[in-house]
Parts: sequence; C-alpha cells; structure tokens
Amino acid sequence: MSIQTPEAPTTLPPAAPLDTANRSRRSVFVRRPFFTIALIVAVAYLVAAIFAPQVAPFDPVQQDFNVMMQPPTAAHLFGTDSYGQDILSRVIYGARFALIIGIFAVLIGAAGGLVIGLAAGLSGGGSEWALMRLIDAILALPSLILAVAFIAILGQGVDKVVIAVGLSMIGPFARTVRGDVLQVRVQLFIEAAQLMSIPYLRVVWRHVLPNVIFPLAVQVTIRISEAILVSSSLSFLGIGVTPPTPDWGLMIAEGRDFVSFAPWMSAMPGFALALLLIALTIVGDGIREEFDPKLRKDP
Amino acid sequence: MTLPPQAPNAPPVQPIFELIEVEQVFEVPKPGRPLFSRDTVGLRALDGVRLSIRKGTSLAIVGESGSGKSTLLRVLLGLDKPSGGRALYRGKPIGEARAQGTDFARDVAMVYQDARGSLDPRMTIGAILAEPLRHFNIVPPEGEAQRIAHLLDRVGLPVDAAERFPSGLSGGQVRRVAIARALASEPSVLVADEAVSGLDVSTQAQLLTLLQSLQRDMGLTLAFITHDLGVASYLCEEIAIMYLGRIVETGPTDAVLNAPAHPYSAALRAAAPQFFEPLSEPLPGEIPSPLDLPKGCRFSTRCPVAQSDCQSKDPQLGKLGSGRAVACIHPITQA
Amino acid sequence: MTERMTDVALPPVLTLRDLTVHRGAAKILDRVNLSLGQGETLALVGESGAGKSTIAVAIMRLLGNAKIDGTIELAGEGDLLALTERQMVKLRGQRLSMIFQDAGAALNPSYTVGRQLSTTLRRIQGLSKDAARERAVELFTSVGINDPEGRMSAFPHQLSGGMQQRVMVAIALAGSPDLLLADEPTSALDVTIQAQIVRLILTLTRERGASCIFVLHDLALASQSCDRIAVLYAGQVVESGPAHDVLEHHRHPYTQQLKSCVLEIGTKTLTAPEGTVPSHAQMPPGCRFSTRCPRALPRCAGEAPPLVPVRSTAAGPLDHHIACWNPE
Repeated sequence: MSIQTPEAPTTLPPAAPLDTANRSRRSVFVRRPFFTIALIVAVAYLVAAIFAPQVAPFDPVQQDFNVMMQPPTAAHLFGTDSYGQDILSRVIYGARFALIIGIFAVLIGAAGGLVIGLAAGLSGGGSEWALMRLIDAILALPSLILAVAFIAILGQGVDKVVIAVGLSMIGPFARTVRGDVLQVRVQLFIEAAQLMSIPYLRVVWRHVLPNVIFPLAVQVTIRISEAILVSSSLSFLGIGVTPPTPDWGLMIAEGRDFVSFAPWMSAMPGFALALLLIALTIVGDGIREEFDPKLRKDP
Repeated sequence: MTLPPQAPNAPPVQPIFELIEVEQVFEVPKPGRPLFSRDTVGLRALDGVRLSIRKGTSLAIVGESGSGKSTLLRVLLGLDKPSGGRALYRGKPIGEARAQGTDFARDVAMVYQDARGSLDPRMTIGAILAEPLRHFNIVPPEGEAQRIAHLLDRVGLPVDAAERFPSGLSGGQVRRVAIARALASEPSVLVADEAVSGLDVSTQAQLLTLLQSLQRDMGLTLAFITHDLGVASYLCEEIAIMYLGRIVETGPTDAVLNAPAHPYSAALRAAAPQFFEPLSEPLPGEIPSPLDLPKGCRFSTRCPVAQSDCQSKDPQLGKLGSGRAVACIHPITQA
Repeated sequence: MTERMTDVALPPVLTLRDLTVHRGAAKILDRVNLSLGQGETLALVGESGAGKSTIAVAIMRLLGNAKIDGTIELAGEGDLLALTERQMVKLRGQRLSMIFQDAGAALNPSYTVGRQLSTTLRRIQGLSKDAARERAVELFTSVGINDPEGRMSAFPHQLSGGMQQRVMVAIALAGSPDLLLADEPTSALDVTIQAQIVRLILTLTRERGASCIFVLHDLALASQSCDRIAVLYAGQVVESGPAHDVLEHHRHPYTQQLKSCVLEIGTKTLTAPEGTVPSHAQMPPGCRFSTRCPRALPRCAGEAPPLVPVRSTAAGPLDHHIACWNPE
C-alpha cells in the first residue's frame, strides 16, 4: 500500500472498475412469460397488418354472392359475411386499420399532450391553473363521447377518426406530462444546471424534456389499446370509418343483426379485437413495470 | 478572519465573500393556526451572520440541524436573496454579480450533498462534463474530449467512465463526477455541502485526499459544510461554527478546536467521538426551534456556563485575539 | 470499559456459529462466528456491504427470503434458526429487541407514540389499557422524554429526531429483553444528540443486566461505548475481541486500514486506501480482503483463514481472535 504524504501525486488510484451493463436485460423474456407471449401475439398482428396483401387469402372487399353468410369452411376459415366477403381477410386487413388508427391517434394525443402538459407544468401560477382547468374540463368527458363530438364536426372516414380519437386523448396525456414535469422540475440536477447560469429555456430543452419524453413513450405504448378501442367503438356506432372498409368495429356492427344464425360475422372480429387489446395491455403493463420503477428509483 | 501580515502601505486585499449582518427570514404558517387563517410567523433561518472569506482559504462551516448552514450556502451561491443585510462577492452584491452574465457562475462552483441527484440521469458522464465546458467556452470543440478525459483522470476515474450513465456508478464514483463537473468551469471558489458525508470511511478518505490536493494545486478557495469536526480539521484551515442562524465562533481550525472560546464549540468538540475517551456529558435538551429563538443569547437555554446577563443580551460575533472571533458575553477562552 | 475476558464461568448469552446467508447468488455473510457475554455490549463495525446489519436482522429472524445456514444460539432458547415463526414472535420484544437507524421511518405515522408503546406493552405483558398507559408514561420518563404525559398523544412527525429515537428505545425496552440490537441508532442524528442517545441505551441496558449489540460504522464511537468489537469485511469476521485489544493491538491488516481512515480532530495526514470492495461476482473464495490487502499471500485468495485466538493462552470465545494467514 502506498504511503501517501501531503505531497502525494495529484491523482488517486482509480475507483473501482465500473459495473458491466445490466445482466438482467436478456432475462426479461424469461422472467415475464405472459409478457413474452403477449408480445409475440402483438407482433403477429403487426406482421399480419404489414403483410396483409400477402397473408390474406382473398381481397377483403371482393363480394361473392354465391358464398353469402357461410359458416367457417376450409375455403373461408372464418366464414363469410352478408356480401360474400371473406371474413378472415377482412379481419387481417382490419388489423391494419386498427393499428394505423391506434398508433397515429396516440401520436397526435401525445404530441398535443406534451405541448399542453409542458406549458402547464412549467408555468405555474395563474396560467397553470387555467390550463389545468381546461384539461380537467376535457377529462370530464369520456374519450368516446369526446371523439363522437369531434366526428360530428369533422365527418366520417379513416383520417377523421384518427384526428378525432387523437384529440380526445390529449387530455389524459397532458395530465401525465404535467405530473412528470412537476416532478422533474424540482430535481436537484435542474437546480445544478441553473446554478451554472444556463438560461431557463435551455435547461428545459436539455434536462426537463428528455426526462419527460421517456415516461411519455411508455404511456404511448400503453394507450394504443385505448385508441383502438375508441376507434372501434366509433365504427361500431356507425360514425367511424365508412363501409366497406374492413374495420373490426364496423364488422361487428354489420354482424349484429345476424348473431343468432351467423354468429361468426360478429364473433371473429370481436375475438380479434379482444385478443389484440389484451395483448397490448399486457405488453404495456410489462413495459411500464420494467421502466417506470427505474425512473423513479434511486439506485 | 484577519488578514495576513502585510507590507506597510499595501492596499487591503478584498475578501472573496463578505456577509454583513445577513438575515434570512422565511414566513411560514404559524403552527397550530386555524384552517383558513393566514397567520404566519417568521422563521429566522439566518439571524445576523457576519462572515468574511479570503481568497485561497479553506473554510469549514460546521453546524447541526437548524443552524442555517444550508441557507447560508444558498445565499453565498446567490440562489436566495437575503431578507436583510448585505451579501457581497468581491465587493459587489451577489445577486447583481449573478445577474451580470456567467462570470459568477463560472467562478463559484458547487458540489451537492446529494451528488447523484445533482446529475441528470439521462445524460452520460461525458455529456454532464461537457455541459459546463461548452456553456462557459472553456475549450474549443476540438479540445473537449481531451479535457473531459483530463477531468476524469484528475478525480481518479477511468477514461471510459465518460460513456457511462450515473446509474451505473457507485456512490463514491458519483461524488467524483460531481467534483469533476464543478472543476470543469475552472472556478476559483468551490462550495461543498457535506460532500463526503454518508460514505464509507475508506471512500471518504479517498475523496478527502483528492479534495485537499485539488485545493492546494489549484489554489481554490474552499467553503466546506460539514458536521464532522475530524473532516473540518483535516481539510480546512479555518472554521466557522453556526448555531441557530448565527456564526458563533470563527478562527483557525486548530486553535478553535484545541481551545474553543464559545461553550457550544466546546460541546461540539466534546461530543465528537474519540478513541477510548469516556462518552461526554451531552448538552441538555434539544436544539430550540428557529421559530422561537431564545431571549438574549440564543445558546443560553442549553449553555453549561450561562450567567444571568446571558438571557438579556444577544451577543454578535466580535474579535477575540488574533484571527479569532466569538459571539459570547463570557467566552471560555481568552485566546 | 472493564475487562470481561475472565468471566468465563457465565456462558455466552448469544453465540453465532458459522452463520452464512445467501441472497440469490450472493453470499452476504460467510461463516460468521461471534459470541456475546451476559451484560456485555458488542460493536459490529465495518463499511457498507460488510453484513453488519444483516447479522442483526438475521438474529431477529427478519431476513425474509434468504438462505441461512449455521446456528444462532440464544441462552435458554437453543438455536433460533430452528424455531417456528410463532415461537419467534413470542421472543421478539420479550427476549430480543431491535432499534433502527431512522426512527421516523420505523414508527407508524398514523398512530400516536403513546398508543404504539401501549400496544406493545399490552401485547407483551398483557396489561389492561389503563395499566399499559401508566407504564408507558413511566417508560417515557425513563428514556428522558420531558413532559411524558403530554407526549403520549404526539404523532411521530411532531417529534424531533432525538425524541423519536427515545420513543423507539422505550418501545424496544418495554418487554425488558435480554438482548438489544441497535442498528446504527444515531447515524441520522446531530452529534450532540448522538451522545445523549448512546448514553441512554447503555444506561438502560446496564440497569437491566441486558446485553447489547451495536451496529456502527464509527470506530471511535464503538470504542467509547462497547466492551467488545467485531470487525467485518464483506460478510466475513476479520477480527474480534475486547475493544481495547482490537483497536490498540490490532493484528488484521483491514483493522489497521479502517483505523487509519478515522479522522480524529487534529489528524493532518491521511492514508487513502486503494480500491474498493469487490462485487459479489468477483468475490474470492478465500479471504475477501485479499484483493486489497498489502500483506496478501498467494494462499489468501483461495483459502479462507479460520477465526483463531491471537494468544495461545486464550481462555474462551470472548478473547481476541483474528482470521488472517499473515497477521501483523
């Protein structure tokens, strides 16, 4: 051991070797079997949606009156509907619409929520109060009702549904973002940066925003299922996408009158929707549990 | 804190920091006030602080809870403006100095007690160190990587630490990063808030030898808050002891600790654990609340040698022999 | 501190034999051997990761899911590890008791401190509500709480740190246990209050003839308050014995290193030790200090040295022991 006198060399023996990166990363899939299964299912939907033209046996809007309302057979695995369209193909294409609408709507909601939440969280005082009451007002209405209101203004169609659902999700996102901003704002490293006389806006850009974006990204993955559900509900009510678009909600509505003797018309898209929602929820929960505690925890 | 012997007719050297009768009163809700009332009472976190920090000194600021040492730190850094008195940095009010561009922020750097909390968990160590380098234009962009490597080396961290995140480092390593960041702006003053407390003694020893060598090599002025008299004695030439918002004794660390003048300093000294000394007779009672300062001398309620006039007069820091000052009507040593 | 080495007529009140604790893949205690005599105070000292708190929690059988081997023998009860949880519940508070570092966190914030103490008294001693209240006030007085009647109705957050710790001491001593475990009881307190609390604990345990184990990181405080000291490093006992022997006539290089890092007032030179405790994955199977030891021999990393008496004329387990192949 070196004997150090006051005139010792100015650098110290190096600190302990740095811990090699988390060994636990790979074993997530082993530790959470349900998460892994759900992830596989969700990815399967995604693949089916992307490669719909290759995967679907029929054109989803091809009508064939010879095979109207047939139960599942070898040729039509999910049966046919009242126009002779193959339900399996429509379900597969429906995945495409569901995911597109869900993802884009959530992105709109997140973007809007980020802006409003940041403004609310950073401002404080009177303007924060006003913004939060605005958000409270929006949140008082369930997303579906709000989406209906927006559709009434915008009209029907896939793009209108995306916008309507997206706008209706701004409220919840804004609330989450504001909470995160408030929490990050009082962290010590923010004060440390301000101590260096770094202008406030730059501190926000460089320190607050990155710490808020990550929890927001987690929220995005969780809320995709909510967006899909709202859009399907709109279509079910007949005010979402227009026929003959292969949207699950629409398909369920179309099969509603024939449930007693052709239950597959509603059941197949219903199962597809339910399964995707369950899978996405489990995936979202798993992601939240994996990442959120690490954000809040003090290692 | 008197000046070193000077040549006759030399101009007086201006201290880096000077606090003159600084007060910091926070209006807090009156305890036990009814639900809708707005009654407040003044919490005197700092109550008449006199302090002068000369360039190149290492000063230990020692106090227990309620002493106001953290508030004092915030005033020194310009984070809070004192509600009374004057706080000067090189002769100018600190608030003004801070407002005039980045010179003050560059010159006075801080190491926080919660070192890990003071680092952005989403930034790599390299990015954390680069921030002051860029903000203060310390080196041109080409020289940045090299300077970061040099800073890491200076605090005893391996060069590849720059790619790591704070969550991948141990407590002691994180403290080193905090010190490296403080040094990045090439400050002349380093302020540290319990920078080595809560660490294992061996890590503490490593950090203390580092701080001491840095202070000597770079001629830093050091203001070091600590509750540990051993640390104060090792690292700092001067000491200031605080009690309930006022500095009650100052002077060279050895002189004050060997022959304390204020009874509170003596009590702190006795309470510090020492090998095989019998456990000291503690001070009676608890530290009074800053909401309800004792009448007269603030220490009179617990002072073992209090006399009758101690409860009517409130002593302020006054000179006691060479380089020492004490706030006591009946100091126990005449230096 | 009186020498108790020759009181071998009394068997030890607590003996740990080869206590080993695994948590997952990590071995956080490695064959710990300790003894505590009747009425003695023992300090467990070491740095973080040494396992000192683990020992205290293990004695109380509060470790949760961890694999524990070895024996913990309490006089009159046999091996604590062999008891059922029901039997342990009976012992806790009555024969064994523990106080923690952060009293504020250990006390239930929803109940008044008086209620918490009374509940403990009623559970342990079966007192009636009024009798428990009276006894609680007595206990508050004995731990130095002024205005004990008034404080009975205070909530923990209304009390200062020192007061909270006094309440914890009162609760811990309510059942007159034979063994009190104190896990860093003063680390969170101001230094002038620290001395008060340590004195209080020592006085009360001495009055009752109880034994006490202090988990401390402050060597000097250990020397002032405890009869015996055990020095731990990374889950291994490296040196143990009477406080004076261990600190003044230490033989183990780690004890030397630890002592040299203690800053007494007036210390001007400091030897910063090199390196840090290895992570659990890199722990050598033998002596765990061998990676940093200036006196390490080739055999040290592979073969763990046993804890042996320093003097060949040693009388018993309470003597000065070290675990080293190459002592100073």
